[in-house]
Amino acid sequence: MEKILEIDDLHVHFSTYGGTVQAVRGVNLYLNKGETLAIVGESGSGKSVTSNSIMQLIPSPSGKIVRGSIRFKGKDLVQTSKKEMRAIRGVDISMIFQDPMTALNPTLTVGDQLTEGLKQHSSVSIGKAKEKAIEMLRLVGITNPESRLKQYPHQFSGGMRQRIVIAMALICEPDLLIADEPTTALDVTIQAQIMELFKEIQEKTGVSIILVTHDLGVVARVADRVAVMYGGKIIETGDKDDIFYRPQHPYTIGLLQSVPRLDMKEDILQPIEGTPPDLFAPPQGCPFTARCAHAMQVCANIHPATSYLSDSHQVECWLQDARAKRQPV
Amino acid sequence: MAIYLIRRFVIMIATIFVIATLTFILMHSIPGNPFTTQDRSTSEAVQENLKAHYHLDEPMIVQYGIWLKSLATFDFGPSIKQPTETVNDLLGRGFPISAELGMWTITIALISGITLGVLAALKHNGIIDYIAMTLAVLGISIPNFILATLLIQQLAVNLQLLPAATWSSPMHMIMPIIALATGPTAIIARLTRSSMLEVLTQDYIKTARAKGLSPAKIVIKHALRNALMPVVTILGTLVAAILTGTFVIERIFAIPGMGKYFVESINNRDYPVIMGTTVFYSAFLIFMLFLVDIVYSILDPRIKLHKKGGS
Repeated sequence: MEKILEIDDLHVHFSTYGGTVQAVRGVNLYLNKGETLAIVGESGSGKSVTSNSIMQLIPSPSGKIVRGSIRFKGKDLVQTSKKEMRAIRGVDISMIFQDPMTALNPTLTVGDQLTEGLKQHSSVSIGKAKEKAIEMLRLVGITNPESRLKQYPHQFSGGMRQRIVIAMALICEPDLLIADEPTTALDVTIQAQIMELFKEIQEKTGVSIILVTHDLGVVARVADRVAVMYGGKIIETGDKDDIFYRPQHPYTIGLLQSVPRLDMKEDILQPIEGTPPDLFAPPQGCPFTARCAHAMQVCANIHPATSYLSDSHQVECWLQDARAKRQPV
Repeated sequence: MAIYLIRRFVIMIATIFVIATLTFILMHSIPGNPFTTQDRSTSEAVQENLKAHYHLDEPMIVQYGIWLKSLATFDFGPSIKQPTETVNDLLGRGFPISAELGMWTITIALISGITLGVLAALKHNGIIDYIAMTLAVLGISIPNFILATLLIQQLAVNLQLLPAATWSSPMHMIMPIIALATGPTAIIARLTRSSMLEVLTQDYIKTARAKGLSPAKIVIKHALRNALMPVVTILGTLVAAILTGTFVIERIFAIPGMGKYFVESINNRDYPVIMGTTVFYSAFLIFMLFLVDIVYSILDPRIKLHKKGGS
């Protein structure tokens, strides 16, 4: 399969008054054309920073990509000039943010916000742009799109606004759509609708999607592949089934066990004890050591190499090392 | 919208009526009358005649009635001190000059204040930011009458670049406008900067960047409009401040605007002029506040005029 995006050894640092935060520490990732990759992890694991890095939207000057490359269709986005990057944003790669209530400008009409990207990147006539906007609104399931164009964001509900945000991201027909927690701010029924919409759109347009989320339910619903992030690193990647049915990293296992299930006998959840590592001074070894029930001496000192369990399934854990004693996890 | 405008108009009239009544009560509660400060040579009989002429011997309620009538007909009658001129003449002569000074001031304060504020916000914690904010602190701290005298001293007396006083050519206008506009410029710049900084962190700015819009478009179309809301809010108060500022500045630069009549009329107890200028000023101010509300609803579609309450 054709790889549309390849991230290689990405390091992103933020300088703050308190010191340097090493938010992303060597992320390797790829995305095949037309698939949906979910990046999961808890708050502060670096998943949003990774996705913002692809768009080159790291807040500067505090944030900086210090090492690594992000190749989109063979072109390294880290080396791309600001001007060239502006021509890529919205056209080739689009992004959807978490909170639809704040992602739209309250003082501009929905139509204006929908068409401005199109007008920026191509020389379409106002009439054509409007037509396209109506088409997009229809695609995301908004009724009466013609009259809705003249309305302002506050005249729409949260779910509707997220639909508009999605329409806005898709209007220039991008090859890659990055959705940064697109359903976190919505209530559950709307979440399901929006996720259905994502699937529908992917079927219709063939867009590749990176879905950043901490909601495993969402992942199970739409993702083809999953990357689990922890402490600024990707600790396990695999097909959806690899991650959900054959998780290998103790963190992934813990993450799955901490999700409440309807068919659960005991009504006690198993949270992962402890807190994520301090990324001001990230641990030398595996970042999960302090919280890991299987931690060994080597874990604290040396970060494990990647173990390839199958073509799709990779994990970074000493338990997978040939020298580790086998025990069922 | 029409209903809102009508309701708003009624409230404006009512406000002016209250101001007019208060002015009348305050004016008459000060002991004495316009003739007590005059030359002692006027005899009692002459004073009585004068009082009768201006209806000042009538009971208060009758005088109040006469006052309301003059208010309703926009005819405040002749000035007591300069009987050859009516109050309307004075207003007609003074107001255009004051308005010219005020409008230039507010225009220049808005343009330079917003520009400085936006630049400072975009170059946050940079050199431009520090320079702009230092200037702003100075501008807010220095009273306009001090600035005015400093300007006269430097630009007119020492360097002899600009004429020191009066209001006859564009060159004459430069110093009074600078003196009057510096304070408001500083306030607007600081306000624009802080609200711009806040707006620039909003998600919709991030969305706009993710669309690949140019930085200029993001700032002007997406950020500035939202950032200007607080500026519009204080614009009403600022207009009032500039208006009262003109009294002092007009005096320093010997500008024949309205301020002169306003101050002199109170010293002279010139009842018709006090009444006329006070009501005129308040009506002007109320109208400005009304304009501010209209601008509000244009800038932010979430503000619906017809749904809002009376005030």
